[in-house]
This record gives sequence, C-alpha cells and structure tokens, in this order.
Amino acid sequence: MDADVLIVGGGLNGPALALALAQGGLSSVVIDARQPQARAEAGFDGRSYALSLASQRLLAAVGVWKGLTAQPILKVVASDGRAFDGASPFALRFDGAELEEGPAGYMVEDRHLYAAFLAALQHPLITHLPAETVTAQGEGWVELASGRRLTGAVVAGCDGRASGTAQRAGIKRQGWSYHQTALVAAIAHEKPHNGVAHQFFMGGGPLAILPLAGGHVSSIVWSEREAEADRIAALDDEGFMTALRPRFGDFLGPIRLAGARFTYPLTLTLAEHWVKPRLALVGDAAHGVHPIAGQGLNLGLRDVAALAEVLVEAKRRGEDIGALDVLERYEHWRRFDTTTLALGMDGINRLFSNENSGLRAIRDLGMGLINALPGVKRGFLRQAAGLSGRLPKLMAGQGL
Amino acid sequence: MQTTIDPAEVAKFEAMAAEWWDPKGKFKPLHLMNPCRLDYITAQIAAEYGRDLKGPLPFQGLRVLDIGCGGGLLSEPMARLGATVVGADAAARNIPVAQVHAEQMGLKIDYRFTTAEDLAAAGERFDVVLNMEVVEHVADPQGYLTACQELLKPGGIMICSTLNRNPQSFMMAIIGAEWVMRWLPKGTHDWQKFITPDELYTLITRAGLTPLDRKGMVFNPVTWSWRLSARDLSVNYVTTSRKEPMV
Repeated sequence: MDADVLIVGGGLNGPALALALAQGGLSSVVIDARQPQARAEAGFDGRSYALSLASQRLLAAVGVWKGLTAQPILKVVASDGRAFDGASPFALRFDGAELEEGPAGYMVEDRHLYAAFLAALQHPLITHLPAETVTAQGEGWVELASGRRLTGAVVAGCDGRASGTAQRAGIKRQGWSYHQTALVAAIAHEKPHNGVAHQFFMGGGPLAILPLAGGHVSSIVWSEREAEADRIAALDDEGFMTALRPRFGDFLGPIRLAGARFTYPLTLTLAEHWVKPRLALVGDAAHGVHPIAGQGLNLGLRDVAALAEVLVEAKRRGEDIGALDVLERYEHWRRFDTTTLALGMDGINRLFSNENSGLRAIRDLGMGLINALPGVKRGFLRQAAGLSGRLPKLMAGQGL
Repeated sequence: MQTTIDPAEVAKFEAMAAEWWDPKGKFKPLHLMNPCRLDYITAQIAAEYGRDLKGPLPFQGLRVLDIGCGGGLLSEPMARLGATVVGADAAARNIPVAQVHAEQMGLKIDYRFTTAEDLAAAGERFDVVLNMEVVEHVADPQGYLTACQELLKPGGIMICSTLNRNPQSFMMAIIGAEWVMRWLPKGTHDWQKFITPDELYTLITRAGLTPLDRKGMVFNPVTWSWRLSARDLSVNYVTTSRKEPMV
C-alpha cells in the first residue's frame, strides 16, 4: 500500500485531513489538481474565512495556527436591516466575552491559510502530489492522469461540491438552488472595525461585514437575488460601491474597494451517501452548504477532525480502517449534525430574505427575545463557535 | 481430539459460520461489540507489556492465541498490530472462512481446527490468551480455564469475557438478542450456563491465575454502540488475569 489514506483534493480540507491523520500516525497522499505555489503567493484579494473557535483549535492542533495572521472576532452584531434605511433597533449582539473559551471565531485570509497548510504538508507521513488528477478509482485504489496507480486503505474525497470522487463511486447528490448569489469583496474603511462582525438581514439576502487583520479592512459577503446580483456584478467598481454604500451604511466612515470581487451562486447540495467500502466524502463533497456565516469551511474541518479521529482509533484497535462499519461511524457522527445545520441555515436565510411585514415582526420579536434570554443567546453563540454537539478531540484541545 | 466443548454447541456455530465478515449480516452483534472488546484487549495488553498503541506494530514479538476465533474478528486486529497470532476454533468450517479472509487482507495468521485442551497438551505457550465469549458454551468451565492457564507463559495474561447470570441478562441476552432483535438464532445461548463475575473470579483463581481487572460492556441503544463500564457488569463483562511468573 502506498499510504493509509489517499486524499483527493488539495484545497483546504484535503491538506487539513492529511495533517490531522499524521497527528495520529496515519500516512496519506494528497492528490492536488493545481500547481499550488501560485495560490499561496497571491497578493491580497480579500478572500477570507470566518473560522469558528473549534476550527481554530483544529488548526492549532495540526500545527498551522502558530504564526498565522488572524483577526479575532470579538463581537457579532446581527441586525434586521431594512433595505435602504440601515439597521433596525432590534439588533442581536453576540459578545465574545459571553463565551468563557474566548472569541467566537477568527477571520483568516485564504492566501495566508493556504500558505500555512502548504508549508505544513512537508511532513514525513504526507506525500503531496501537485498537478495530478484522478482518472479512475475503485475500492482502495486510484489511477492518475500521469499513469501512476496508488493503493490505500481508504480513498477520501475532499474535492468539493462537484466531487469527481463521489461521481466515480456512483454516489448521487441532491441539490437546491437559492436563486441567490453571494458577492464577495474586501472593503477598506476609515474607522477601525474593533474586531466586530456585522450581519445585516435585508430583503434581497444578508450582508455580512467581517473584520480582517489590520483594523481598517473588512470582508463582505453580500447575498442578493440572482438577477439583482448579476446586475451588480456586471457594474464597474465604482458602480458596485455606489450600490453597496446605502446597504453598508456609514458607521465605519467612508469606504472603498480594497481587493478583487468574487461571485458565488448559492446552492445547497447533499450527497446521498457519505461513505462506501474504502471511500469517504469530506466537506463540500458530502454537503455543500449556503456560505452564510462561513459555515462551509467550518463544517468541512469538523468532518476532517471526526474522520481522522475515527480512523486513528480504528487503526489503534487493529481494525481495517477502510471497512464499511468503521467508515459508517464517521457518517453517523457527522451526517445528522450537518443536515440539521444545512436545513437550519436554509430556514434562517428564507426567513430573513423576505420583505413580508408579518415575518419582519416575528423576526424583530425573535431577536428581542434572544437578546433578553442570555441562555438562549449563549446557545446560539456556542453553535456559531462550533462548540455544540459531539466535539471531535482535535477541536476540544486534545491530541489524537 | 480431546475436548470439553459440548458437541451440540459446536453444531450450532457451524450452522452460522458463513456470514462472519458481513457487518450487517448474521454476526452484526459481534461486529457492533468488536470496537469495545478491542479497546479493552489492546489497553490491557499494552499496559501489561508496556507497549505504546500510538506507535507502529505495538504488539510485535507477542504470541497471541484467539480461542473460538470464528471468522477472525479478533485474530485479524491482533495480527495488524504486529502480534504473532494462532486462531483456534472447534468448528472446522470456520477455519477456511477465516483463512480466506486473512489472505484477502494480506495478513499472516495461523488458523487451526483444534481446542484449548489439545493445544495445551501439545505444549503450545502464549503471551496472551484471548478467551472471548467462549466459557459460557463449554461443558466443563473449570477444566477449560485450567487448560487456558497451561497455555500461558509465566507472566502471560488471559482476557476472558462472558455473560452474567441474573434476570437482567436473561432479558437482554435471551429475550432481547434472540427473541426480539433476532440478532442471534434462538438457542444460541443457554442462560443456565451463564457465569456471574464472582463465580468467574473463583474459577480463574482455581485454575491457577490471578484476577487483575474486570469491566462491564454496556450497549447504548441511542448511539447504537457498546462502551466499557467500571460499574455495570450486569450483562456482558470482560476480565483480565495473569499467570504469576515463577519465583
């Protein structure tokens, strides 16, 4: 066998899985379609992640957190913003100080995170194969475009929502389109953000303003209905900023575009099966969720931590780590959690992306109630920090 | 072949021998229990012999006997962890099933159609004897456990699991597992032959071994998995005992 686990996908979940497995003494090969150096050396473009506290702990446990440039999210303010007249007084304030574990999360730029992963992959238990793609696969083996054939106890599909690993294994997926698109950009502002994240719920969809390191740049995730998003995306930079300003408001002073603009259509996809004999799907390959609140990567990293824990435990018991009953422990652990969260976020988004005045009243009342009940709010905050549910060891500050 | 195995019991297991390795098949209850059993076994061996389970091949150099090996559900993990394994079964049909599977997995395991008594008489000696869910099926538990003691090198350990005898185990193992869940064919177990933990400790001591530890194995119907319990030995339980080195 070439390695314990053959990891298909060199994005973030793939390298994270390789590092988590290495923590527990398992070897892996990371099959990465891209030439990764370019992405790691990219200049600032604003692409970033809101990492939950649980994700941060995983990164610390696998050795990529130390030295990483990150902005702690000290406070989260969610408000029911009326389109064109800013935030409503019924704002929901989540304060990191309400959580004894520390800040609810961190903002990290893609280029920094990816470079940290790339450096950490230089590990005796990990083989990184850049610019390689899988052309065929079976139970415990893959064939690469270069003609190379690799064998392992498990093939892990970390290859995103269009997962070729799932397709080759005949795993169907169910998907829904929200007919919404997320516009993502980095915005510079005159006043410091003080580590506060904002989420404005508006008719077209939510606008999230997430603080980046340095104090004067934030990343925005601005969701709009498909047609409106297409129109805004087609505008030039000045037109884009003119459309954004009334929604963003002036609480951070004058604003300007600080990086590239990206658009992501919002869809939800769930794979019919997460595991088959000698096969496991991880992250977006198993569940592509609506990216509000940055939960996509957080869910993926939780899969990574759970799968690594299941495989490492199985290996130490002497079990066949690719056996279906072993892999099903991972599926049972993660599938329920994820489906609940995916449908929950779907519901929140539908509830808030609506101008119906009855729904508005319910929303305002709901937010007022949540603010008034610290226990409930703390529950929401723990959920957002990724601290609820059965926590994998690597996310609970323990080693494997 | 000299044997303490009740011929009626062997016939029952022969009838069940083919589907050993299907986790959803006839042996589903064993597959479900296996991680819990392995957690106990590996921890006990590692503690006794000072091995690090986090390292590669932690059981290298240890000779392990798996009595009543069936399809090899315990023999294979032991071999994967580096042990030299002999799997013994009194049901001839299990042996080729186990051999074929070990070969598919690329594992070297010495499977034999034999009994504990015959192995002991032949002078075979082991560092570890695994004696899991067997003692409740033999005709003469004391004679059988004495043979297990003989099979141990001085300082070697026996890990022995069985079922407690009380109203709760009757409900769980006979009514629950055989009649309601149909996990096991009716008549797999004879409740009269179940042994209480204290009775087992007495039998083990009389066989010449020193009892070291006992734990319960408890099924959780919510997580659908087994866990070890220091307190609840009411149905399934497992023990470790040592053959004291000669002074």
